[in-house]
This record gives sequence, C-alpha cells and structure tokens, in this order.
Amino acid sequence: MASEQQLSAIKGAKVLMVGAGGIGCELLKTLALSGFRDIHIIDMDTIEVSNLNRQFLFRQSHVGQSKAKVARDAVLKFRPHISITSYHANVKDPEFNVDFFKTFNVVLNGLDNLDARRHVNRLCLAAGVPLVESGTTGFLGQVTVHVKGRTECYECQPKPAPKTYPVCTITSTPSKFVHCVVWAKDLLFAKLFGAKDQENDLNVRSSDASSSSEQVEDVFERKNDEDIEQYGRKIFDHVFGYNIELALSNEDTWKNRNRPRPIYCKDVMPNELIRQNGNQAKSSAHGDLSSVSAMPSLGLKNPQDLWSLKENSAVFLEALKLFFSKREKEIGNLSFDKDDQLAVEFVTAAANIRASSFGIPLHSLFEAKGIAGNIVHAVATTNAIIAGLIVIEAIKVLQNDTKNYRMTYCLEHPSRKMLLMPVEPFEPNKSCYVCSETPLTLEINTHRSKLRDLVDKIVKAKLGMNLPLIMHGSALLYEVGDDLEEDEVANYAANLEKVLSDLPSPVVGGTILTIEDLQQELKCSINVKHREEFDEENEPDGMILSGWTQAPAVEKNGATSVDNGASTSGVTEATSLAIEEDDELQIITTQTGKKRKLCDAASSDVSSVPTKIKRKADEVDGNSDVVMLDEGSSENSKKRREP
Amino acid sequence: MDGEELTEHETALYDRQIRVWGADAQRRLSKSHILVSGLKGTVIEFCKNIVLAGVGSVTLIDDRLVTEDLLAANFLIPADENVYAGKSLAELCSDSLKDFNPMVRVSVEKGELSSFSVDFFDKFDVVVLSSCSRSTKQSVNEKCRKLLKRVAFYTVDCRDSCGEIFVDLQNYIYSKVK
Repeated sequence: MASEQQLSAIKGAKVLMVGAGGIGCELLKTLALSGFRDIHIIDMDTIEVSNLNRQFLFRQSHVGQSKAKVARDAVLKFRPHISITSYHANVKDPEFNVDFFKTFNVVLNGLDNLDARRHVNRLCLAAGVPLVESGTTGFLGQVTVHVKGRTECYECQPKPAPKTYPVCTITSTPSKFVHCVVWAKDLLFAKLFGAKDQENDLNVRSSDASSSSEQVEDVFERKNDEDIEQYGRKIFDHVFGYNIELALSNEDTWKNRNRPRPIYCKDVMPNELIRQNGNQAKSSAHGDLSSVSAMPSLGLKNPQDLWSLKENSAVFLEALKLFFSKREKEIGNLSFDKDDQLAVEFVTAAANIRASSFGIPLHSLFEAKGIAGNIVHAVATTNAIIAGLIVIEAIKVLQNDTKNYRMTYCLEHPSRKMLLMPVEPFEPNKSCYVCSETPLTLEINTHRSKLRDLVDKIVKAKLGMNLPLIMHGSALLYEVGDDLEEDEVANYAANLEKVLSDLPSPVVGGTILTIEDLQQELKCSINVKHREEFDEENEPDGMILSGWTQAPAVEKNGATSVDNGASTSGVTEATSLAIEEDDELQIITTQTGKKRKLCDAASSDVSSVPTKIKRKADEVDGNSDVVMLDEGSSENSKKRREP
Repeated sequence: MDGEELTEHETALYDRQIRVWGADAQRRLSKSHILVSGLKGTVIEFCKNIVLAGVGSVTLIDDRLVTEDLLAANFLIPADENVYAGKSLAELCSDSLKDFNPMVRVSVEKGELSSFSVDFFDKFDVVVLSSCSRSTKQSVNEKCRKLLKRVAFYTVDCRDSCGEIFVDLQNYIYSKVK
C-alpha cells in the first residue's frame, strides 16, 4: 500500500488535467482510483465515434457532447464523493491565466498538439507549478516531468515542427504517395471546392493561354450551365493530362528523374464506362449530405481495397459530380475534413491517379484517409500504461521526491527485456529561450518583409505565442487584446501592413525587439539582422530565427526543408502537412554532449520521431549510465551504475 | 461479428486500432472467446481493454459479493448500494462491460472454477485467471492443455507495486518482421 506520506500528499492535492481524450480518460480513472479527491479537467473537444475504441468513459449516445463533462460524470459514478470540475473550453483561453494555474499542486497534460503543450508549459513555468507531460502513438508512449529550475522545461529541447514539403515536390516532382495526397488535398481539392480567392500553386491555365499570360482562362471556372460530367472530364484531362505534358516539356526537371506519363479520360475510361458512370449514380434520397458517397454506385465496398487506375478515375469523376450536383451550396467554402466521406474519396482518387502517372504505388482509401487526415493510430492499452506512469510521477512530484523523477519511455518492442525505459531528467537548458530568457537572432529582409509576416511566421508559429506584444525599445509596435481603444487597434492594423523599416519606430539591422505574451508570461529578445536574399526553396519564409539548439531533422531526406540553422522548417502555406494532430508523441533525444548524461554512442543519434526511439534504445543498452529498475524492486529503489 | 468482412460500423469504431494492428487481426479478434475469472484490479483493466478491442465474447466468473476492498480498484461497479446489493462481482462487471462495447457478447458463468470440466474450457480461445489458489490455477491449466485446440492460458496477480503474469501458449509459432 502507499505510505502514509504518499496518501496524505494525494488526499490534499489539487490536480489539473489538460485533455480528456485517449490519455485523459485513463488518467482520470486512475487518479480517482488512486485516491485523488480534487481534480480539474479542461478539454475543448466533443466526442466522436472513432474515440470510442479507447476513450472508455464515453458511449455511442454521448457522441457530440463535451468530453470533459461526460468524463466527469462517468467517473463520479464509481467515485461519487470526489470533486471533479470540468471545463469545456480551450486551455489557451484567457480565463486559464497564471493565477489559475497557481492554484494547483501539479498539472498533468494529455494533449494532442504541440501548440497547446507549449502554451501550458509556459503557464506552468510562470506559475511555478510542476508539469507532467505525456504522449502516445500506437504502441509507443512517454511520460516526462518538468519542474522549473530543476529539470528541463518542455521546450528546452525543441520539438520538430509539423512535416512540410517543398512546393516543387508537390506541384511538379512527387516521389512519394504522401506528396500526391498533399497535392490532391491542399491544391486540387482546395482549388475546386475551397475559397475562390485563395492563393494556389496549381497550374490553372488552359491551353489557350499564351505564355505571356495575357489571356488566362481559368479552366477551373465552371461556366453556368456547363454539363457537370463534361466539366469533370475537362478537369481530369487538365490536371492529369495537360499539366503533365507541360511539366514534361521542361527537360531539365527530368534529367535524373523518372518521367511521369500524362493520363487522359479517354485512355482510362472507354466511352461506354463514361456513360455508365453517369447512369449508375444512385441519388441519396435522404438528403443527408454527409452520406453522399461515390463508392456504392461503382460497386466499391471495402475501404481497404486497392482500386485500379480505372476505378480511381471513376471515383474521381463520380465524386466531383456528386459535389456539384448534391452539395453545390458548399462549394467555395469547403475545407478538407477527414470525416467527410466524399472528400476523402475524391482526394484518394486524385492522389492515386497522380501517383499512377508518376509511377508511385497506389494506396487504399483507408491508407489515404490516414495520410490526408493526419490520423494518429491509437489503442487503449498504451494510454492505460502511460496514465499509470503519469500518476506515479505525479505522486513523486507531490512529495518533492526530486531524485526519483523519471522520464519514462514505453517501447514497442522490449529492449533488454524491458518495455519501459526510465531515464533521469536533465537540468534546464541554459540557452532555452522559454525558461532562461536567452536572446534570439532573426535574419530578415527589413525592407521587404512586413510586420504581419513577422507576427505570423515567427511570433505565432515559431515562438508559439498566443496574444503577443511587440516592442521596439519603448515603442509598442503591435499588441492584441480586448481592452484596446479603437485608434490603437487601427494603428496596429496599419503597422501590420508596413515593411519593418517603415514602421513608426523603424526596425532595421541591429534593432532589438522585445516580444512578450502576457498570458504565458513569456518574454523574448530578438536581435534583428538584415539580409537581402533568401533561398526560395530552402528558406521559403524569407526569414530565419536562430539561437537555440537545432531541432533534429524530421526526415533525413534532401527533399525536406528542415535542415537550415535552427529554423525548424521552411513552411509553405499551401503544402504543410502536419503530423501531430491526435495524441501526438514527441520523443526528442537531441544531444548536446555535456549536459546529456548518456554516453557518446547515443549522442550522435538525433532522433525525433517515434519510429526511431527503437534505435536509440538499442544504443542506450551499451551505456552504463542509464538508470534501470532492478527486477523485483519497488519503484523507489534504483541502481545507477557508475560510468 | 459473423462473416468475413468487418461491418461499416466496426470499421468506423475500430479505425484507430485497425491502423495499429491491421484489419486481419481485428477480424480474428472478433471471433475470439475469452474466459476471465477473478475480477479485481489488473483483471478489470484487462476486461476493459479486451472489450474495447472488440473481442468476440467475454465470459466472467466471480461469485463474490461486493465489499469495500473489492470496490477499491474496480471502476466497473457503480458506487450505489441499491445497484450492487445482492449481485455478484461477475454480474455487475458484466452489466458495465456490455455498455463499453455493445458488439461484444459478455456473459456470466456461476460456480467454482475447479469444478468445471475439460469440455467447458473448449469453448474458449483464452483463459485468464486471478485471485485463486495455485492448485486451482494448475488444475485449470492442465485441463486446457488436454484439449485438442490450443487454449492460451494466463494468470495475473498484483500486490502493491509488484505484479506477475504467467503465460502458457503451448506450441506458439510467430514470425518477426524486421
């Protein structure tokens, strides 16, 4: 049984849980069973069917309701006398300020995105409250402890940014199926069904346009009474036929690459099929837009099947037709949603046809949906294990049992017969801009880049600030807030559109900017350096932020743009494909030599994706400095072998 | 579920886990039958996990009535005496588990574990025992091994922060993919 000390620490603790999903459900249950009596839980999501395979506090009948609220009710059923306060809200809301966080003894994260994790990290640092972080993906999981001043904060080791691809790979030289999916989803689908005025890299010119683009006829514009099927075939031929021929005309591109082949309707679908396609379409009698689907009328039932080029083409044309005939009102407003069956069918078909053209293996709807929807695979058991570990660490934290804090990694395959790998936490990173206020450097063209670019790409995206304040000396260049005067708002709006050197307080090379987020209580200094040119391919943002330890490359592949300096990636708006939506797992083993306690063998392994943790574990085996649990001992005794 | 293909509902419900272990494993799970005896602590966790996973059926054995101690690590039993009075642990857990996943057939078997015949165990693919004597475990294990078909046998016990799992898969062939 737990010791008297442990029990009293548990009984008196006030705990904040952020997230009531996969980890959250297991965690709330375990906390309740372990004797915790005052639990607060925040989650902004509602329950979906795909949650039910692991978020066991929820039932089919709860679909659509608040996760935090339903989780609370479910746990009170078997522990009616404890206090659970639920918040159906976004943890980034202003009500969850530093004072709010200060009321807790420990914060436990069960989040599914990097952005919220960074935000909570900063609030915990500002409030001086310990944070236990966690994440799972399939059979992999991890739990980490972050105590201000004693251990690294969550951001001491930079986390890899969402995976992105260079524009040209997507628009011209795909080599993997994922490139085709990004093309189908972010370019083609967006162009056909999304907002009309959005920037889009898809080549939209018809063959009538002269090269000087004086007569640009947008092929994607559907004329008022243009026959839907004919329109569909026109689009098909344009993107899979004409555009490919256009690309082929540039010899240089294909010197060292396999040439794609153009695909036209008439080649794939002989005329009878085209007519049949039209006749067989079954109309959805219910008027339920979400059930409109191309597959049934084509006799395709199993989402795991691989479709032939012909079948993919049929799905493409049928889906396009259904969008225009059954869901016309939504066109111009649609964004891709993985739970939108017709959208998934369209994107799958389009990606497959493109893949076929480029000699890339085709994939099933099930696989394509996973890629397009950034679906993270998940099972109940890993979450249960991780939840158990979180509570174990939380109890240590409540007792200030510093020496015994552990970062624990749950492996997919045993390493040295162990499935759980505990590691001692590291000391704070002295050059972490979040917990140790180190200044950063920004290279930017101060005559070309606008303040808006700085705010969007650096302050929000890279620095993760939510409600930023930007100052140059004593001059306020920009701020956000509810309590601003009209003229202030107008002033800031105007500033956003100015290039940096034209701001009321000009920002040029040598300027030091102070950037703050009052809610996160994070303050940051940025030294500005003017630079004229940036490489469009590798530095598409046109600005580079540096000053912390380099984030590990997500993929060791020349095609990615994650290798420059410390800028985590060159993001192209049209082509970003985030991989960290649900239950994300961040395993970082960035090595900075001196502070890292593991041996040199492991220090060259910079792995940041779950699949690579296995390799790391193997390397760690040979190391004498890893803390290991003795077989048969309780968690509190350990042996640490001397180097 | 009967039939070779997973139904549309199963595909939607099990999507995330199918992405972990594949549709074939899911199909095989849905045809498996599990016997569980000794409903406390770790075994309760197991029941939750295996039901969520979409196994074919789970049969529960535990005639014990609810006590404070048994409630302690059991989140399947509502803390309402009106509900749990008079019912065995197995009956109460069965009610809850059915709720977790209506597609799994959950049932209760009454009686002493050691009194069941060899034929009884033939109905199952997996047997999980806990909270019983060593001789009971041995006797059940022997009965399972007498059957022609392979019945996987597990015992689970947990005390404080020590746990033990015993596994007998008899002849078990598997392949490792590098």
